[in-house]
Amino acid sequence: MSAHATVDLVDYDEAVRRYDPVIGIEVHVELGTKTKMFCAAEVEFGGEPNTQVTPVSLGLPGALPVVNGKAVEYAIKIGLALNCQIAESCRFARKNYFYPDVPKNFQTSQYDEPIAFDGYLDVELEDGTIFRVDIERAHMEEDAGKNTHVGGSTGRIHGAEYSLVDYNRAGIPLVEIVTRPITGAGERAPEVARAYVQTLRDIFRALDVSEARMERGNVRADVNLSLRATPESPLGTRTETKNVNSFRSIERAVRYEVSRQAAVLDEGGTVIQETRHWHEDTSITTAGRVKSDAEDYRYFPEPDLVPVAPSRDWVEQIRATLPELPVARRNRLQGEWGYADAEMRDVVNAGALDLIEATVAAGASPAAARKWWMGELARYAKTSETELAEIAVTPTQIAQLQALVDSGRINDKLARQVLEGVLAGEGDPEAVVVARGLEVVSDDGALLTAIDAALAAQPDIVEKVRSGNMGPIGAIIGAVMKATKGQADAGRVRELVIERIG
Amino acid sequence: MSNDLTRLSAADLAAHLVSGEVSSVEATQAHLDRIGDVDPAVHAFLHVSTEDALATARDIDSRRAAGEDLHPLAGVPIAVKDVVVTKGLPTTAGSKILDGWIPPYDATLVERIRAAGLPILGKTNMDEFAMGSSTEHSAYGNTHNPWDLDRIPGGSGGGSAAAVAAYEAPLAIGTDTGGSIRQPGAVTGTVGVKPTYGGVSRYGLIAMASSLDQAGPVTRTVLDSALLHELIGGHDPRDSTSINEDLPLLVDAARQGAIGDLRGLRVGVVSELSGEGYQEGVSARFAESLDLLRSLGAEIIEVSCPHFKYALGAYYLIMPSEASSNLAKFDGMRFGLRVEPEDGPITAERVMSATRGQGFGDEVKRRIILGTYALSAGYYDAYYGSAQKVRTLIQRDFDAAFAQADVLVSPTAPTTAFKFGEKLDDPLAMYLNDVATIPANLAGVPGMSLPNGLSDDGLPVGFQILAPAKADDRLYRVGAALEAALENTWGGPLLAKAPELEVAR
Repeated sequence: MSAHATVDLVDYDEAVRRYDPVIGIEVHVELGTKTKMFCAAEVEFGGEPNTQVTPVSLGLPGALPVVNGKAVEYAIKIGLALNCQIAESCRFARKNYFYPDVPKNFQTSQYDEPIAFDGYLDVELEDGTIFRVDIERAHMEEDAGKNTHVGGSTGRIHGAEYSLVDYNRAGIPLVEIVTRPITGAGERAPEVARAYVQTLRDIFRALDVSEARMERGNVRADVNLSLRATPESPLGTRTETKNVNSFRSIERAVRYEVSRQAAVLDEGGTVIQETRHWHEDTSITTAGRVKSDAEDYRYFPEPDLVPVAPSRDWVEQIRATLPELPVARRNRLQGEWGYADAEMRDVVNAGALDLIEATVAAGASPAAARKWWMGELARYAKTSETELAEIAVTPTQIAQLQALVDSGRINDKLARQVLEGVLAGEGDPEAVVVARGLEVVSDDGALLTAIDAALAAQPDIVEKVRSGNMGPIGAIIGAVMKATKGQADAGRVRELVIERIG
Repeated sequence: MSNDLTRLSAADLAAHLVSGEVSSVEATQAHLDRIGDVDPAVHAFLHVSTEDALATARDIDSRRAAGEDLHPLAGVPIAVKDVVVTKGLPTTAGSKILDGWIPPYDATLVERIRAAGLPILGKTNMDEFAMGSSTEHSAYGNTHNPWDLDRIPGGSGGGSAAAVAAYEAPLAIGTDTGGSIRQPGAVTGTVGVKPTYGGVSRYGLIAMASSLDQAGPVTRTVLDSALLHELIGGHDPRDSTSINEDLPLLVDAARQGAIGDLRGLRVGVVSELSGEGYQEGVSARFAESLDLLRSLGAEIIEVSCPHFKYALGAYYLIMPSEASSNLAKFDGMRFGLRVEPEDGPITAERVMSATRGQGFGDEVKRRIILGTYALSAGYYDAYYGSAQKVRTLIQRDFDAAFAQADVLVSPTAPTTAFKFGEKLDDPLAMYLNDVATIPANLAGVPGMSLPNGLSDDGLPVGFQILAPAKADDRLYRVGAALEAALENTWGGPLLAKAPELEVAR
């Protein structure tokens, strides 16, 4: 470890001033199918080791794979969502390599005939900029099992006394999405990388093809990075940083590799084409396997499977069922609601998009909905340290509250008291208004009694108003409001006061 | 009585069982006794499952007594090639690397055999992982040809063919990747059929070359093959390459063929599969069989399949390529043999290496090396890629030939059974044994070998019939017609001419 710690780094800002970073990202997503890619073994997180297996997923002699149709459907969904072409016919291929977590010692994957190819994904950055990432391909494959190295100090294979393999994960369907080299991001490369993976995660969830939980490894990213002198220079030698499995780490891993590679290049050295490992604890990458072009997986078409040929009808049926994707929905809602870019971004970042949409659907105006959720409720969530979506009020209740204000039955000040009651579990806004007696006093008789009392108490002000000086009238209105505990409609009070003074 | 029961065809034995003259326990015990008598000399079996077989026989007898509706072959014993996985019965594929492995599941065809109530007598010997043409590559010793114990029984399915030829079983299962059912049939005087690719499920066959492997029947008569083929064939959702259609009516075709009327049938003689390299007696018997077919009303024409000469070369690239990948799973990590290196650290990689080094025989290693090389980056297009193109050309040759002829015919193997060791040091000479059988595997078309006489050396010769894909019924029609005509000239089955084996006890 000490050897790694002494690696020279160039300050990030300095590095991106002198080099142009190019990234490429491979994302693996575990599909949320009930059974595995090529057999009927059930897929469930957290099962006892080696209980979710069949002769097929254990790679026993004689076993044969059968393609999971649901996995193909999910892969097509992903392909369509990424604006890809869907192959009219594609094949699986065997990727041959020996490793104990690969039961057959080959992975059934796709090689030269992926199910989806030539797509793109528009990614929204922090400041609302849309950055287009070109997708080379999305292909289907099976996951490997999971090795646990026992003994030794690090839990890693070196120094371990023995290793255990759990094949529950072996054969879980994966889709691997590969970008083309992402150029033009410049200093924002780390942010683009993070936003790309985050957008993918949102899409997987919107499509309902995966739980897409990063912490469970449902989504795993490998980040390729190379530096070149200028955007016009040929691509430099890249490294592939494996298993960067949180959004924050993706951003930091890119930053780290930019700084590290810049240091290597500054010293006149050459970047080694290799696999690197990201260390969450120390936030650095270390060298793994040297990945030369000589690495030979001896791919050939999987002879145990026939080609997958999704009919155009089926593809179109799937396309018709695609839900609106997050970026498109955001753009549509912003147009409908008339929010400014900054307002919209704040809403999204606060996690208020769904809440506001539901509140508007329940009858509130977009402006009022935003005012409640981004104002009073956001403050409440912050002080009570909960998520906005978790607080004890529904979008429908907010719409009801706003309707009470709009009808004049309560004013803004009363509305905040009503909201308190709702949050305290006293029921819907209507019930709170009734129970707490918070309705605006609209009975002119009751108001006139209060007004007459106020006028009698301040005859000097009455005189001034009568002589045409309207300034001090507020003192009378204030006294009336006080007397009615704020439940009077201030506008109506003003009308009545003027009438009375005549 | 016991001896008589083992001489019956499966169809006749089944009739005796149905009529109640014979019980399945008697029939099964008779075959177990026969195995006890002759297998020490023949060594067709790697494992004899006495208890399992008798339990099935008892079950069938009681179900029959209860008046249950049973499969026509219920109670007729069968032997299964050791490359087919059998739940609870050892399965080695003739390799040390699977020594002691007891599969936890049944192959689909074994499920069907068990469901139909055929007692499984045991597992038959074979070249390791079905790689060979003599069964000399078995890790468990040679199987001897019942016609001459100093000679090979063919391969890879020498055990199944010898078991049937030696009356140790009326039925057996074989597998055929390049001729492993048909060539042993030819050299042991038995019938063997390689069905259309996809006609019999491969689920549970320990794969050598996935795109070529097919399981099929090994029997003494054409009708018995049809009966067994209908039992094990048909669609299986667990095999993606399985044909999702009903089988043609094979038993009907065999019965109809036996009537002996082949008028209107066009028989194509493949000119590339005869002449030079074929033993004189083989060629002579082939010519006589053509005369017989002509006498039954068939029209004999000559067809040319110009790309067949590349078949052997293409086969020896595709087969080892697929095998190198299929055999990767044998690594000592999960099942079977596990060898730890004698010195140095015990790592997964080193255990895999030691296990494979010790567990695989020379021929298996040879093919893994060939295949690994052929699939390597930079060589893939030249080797695997070119071989696949040849395969397409061979398929086109078949298409053109079947436009002219209903079936194609040739000698099954160029020679009769050779002596042990004769070709062991010359892999190419060994590979040439399959020159006539390999094209069918490359094209996926069905093929049958049936005995058509003895060569000048007194050893049996095989006649091969090939039909278009999914027209397996044509094999049975023509095969049964020729079989009847031949037996008419011989005055009985060819196997009756085989020398009696000495009884061990």
